[in-house]
Amino acid sequence: MNNIVGMFRKSKNVPESGGITPVVEEKIRCPICKSIDTKRSVAKNKMVCPSCGHHYRINARTRIKAICDKDSFREVITGLDSTDPLHFPGYEQKMQKAKLASGQQEGVVCGTATIRHQPCAVFIMDPQFMMGSMGSVVGEKITRLFEYAAERELPVIGFTASGGARMQEGILSLMQMAKTSGAVQYHSDRGGLYVTVLTDPTTGGVTASFAMLGDIILSEPNAVIGFAGRRVIEQTTKKKLPDDFQKAEFLLDCGFVDAIVPRTELRAELEKILKLHQRKGDVK
Amino acid sequence: MTAYERLQAARDQNRPTSRAYIEHLFTDRLELHGDRKFADDQAIIGGIGYLGEMPVTFIGIERGRDLQERISCNFGCPMPEGYRKALRLMKQAEKFSRPVICFVDTSGAFCGEEAEERGQGQAIADNLLEMMRLKTPIITIVIGEGGSGGALALSVANKLYMLENSVFSVISPEGCASILWEDAKEAPAAAECLHITAEDMKRFGVAEDILAEDFDHFEQMCAGMKETLLADLAELETYSGEDLSKIRYARFRKLGVYQEG
Repeated sequence: MNNIVGMFRKSKNVPESGGITPVVEEKIRCPICKSIDTKRSVAKNKMVCPSCGHHYRINARTRIKAICDKDSFREVITGLDSTDPLHFPGYEQKMQKAKLASGQQEGVVCGTATIRHQPCAVFIMDPQFMMGSMGSVVGEKITRLFEYAAERELPVIGFTASGGARMQEGILSLMQMAKTSGAVQYHSDRGGLYVTVLTDPTTGGVTASFAMLGDIILSEPNAVIGFAGRRVIEQTTKKKLPDDFQKAEFLLDCGFVDAIVPRTELRAELEKILKLHQRKGDVK
Repeated sequence: MTAYERLQAARDQNRPTSRAYIEHLFTDRLELHGDRKFADDQAIIGGIGYLGEMPVTFIGIERGRDLQERISCNFGCPMPEGYRKALRLMKQAEKFSRPVICFVDTSGAFCGEEAEERGQGQAIADNLLEMMRLKTPIITIVIGEGGSGGALALSVANKLYMLENSVFSVISPEGCASILWEDAKEAPAAAECLHITAEDMKRFGVAEDILAEDFDHFEQMCAGMKETLLADLAELETYSGEDLSKIRYARFRKLGVYQEG
């Protein structure tokens, strides 16, 4: 729980406190309902506003703590580092900044864990790392996780959060869409269960590949999910779009999401899904 | 030629569109329509015909040859139903053991409210996965612009060719320039940075080879293309359907550049 509070301090949504009044508990004002709560109470509620249910964006480490059983997460597929294959202007600096800001090596964390005692492989995209954009490393890590899970007959739970393909790696980023989709197929053809949990925001090339390929697709409330960006569509069509456009609830209506599940209920929902898909002969 | 000059050549309105290649390469054609779910998207044309003596399924993104055609096919920007139509034809090809030949020429998948409502992302994702699985040979030729996910949705092939002045890009150079320098007019510089040319695709392993362009002798050019396709199909047909799918996955599996250690 300490870490959740710790991450929270770095969040943009937190006004800087003066730092000289340590006795007073730090407060946070919900950007949606404007109610004021202590940081501790919001963190305790998995970074969901206790008053209006607004879901704050959370990074990968916070998500792991919020979803996986305590101390069950074991990270796999580490040590992959992005290079700058196109010598793209500003990419290296951007990477350095992202690493410092997020404390992560890249935009996705992969591992194995249990969720209410149900074993699974998980990947968690990090919206704080270059907006979770997918370059070679993100694509390779997700691909390897599906292959790893296929060999061990593990279900995959994937938390998506991404602005799409990472343009700084050009066509190589685009090709990660095909590669990861192939990996989903590899896992699926071996009978593996794949559940996606769409979180805010899931857009572009990630929506148009592994995010939309789950056997079951869940979403956090109010998450923005789409292929083309809202602003791009408004500019192209010169039309103002409705407020709920590309929100999770809109996707549910259109038939692209199975259920909207609040973060506080995700563990129970995932447990139910995992139990329903236990394979015969699984030793638990 | 600079990358931007090639991009302009790829977008040239006088350049032959998918329909021209289809008419020159395949005989006894039967054009098929509709995705059986929602509509017939004219931005994607497809059907069955003979390549030499071999029945094949052809699918192409069509930009239109004149203004009227361009409007009816949305300037070559497919809707989700277009991708679903393509997938329907591919599954049909698999059932009857026909190879699939795709022609890519689009600035991107259609960007609009109705495309989102009908699941543009889901339609493209489905094509990527199902094409990877398809148990019949797939060959794709990029004949003009290969615009992002909308082009990739017909490019999960066993072999991919680029025409000399065709391009393939993760984002339009104009879009990239507006993000990087907040100025779409910097597109020529962005085109260089993105590495979008046929040469680049060959170097990255995205394309097997580059096909020469000679639109003044289009008949001859297509005859050469036909020979390439027939030679490839002769090779690919020695593999089982299962192996074709595995080879395709292996082809994409190795794409990407990173450090390990």
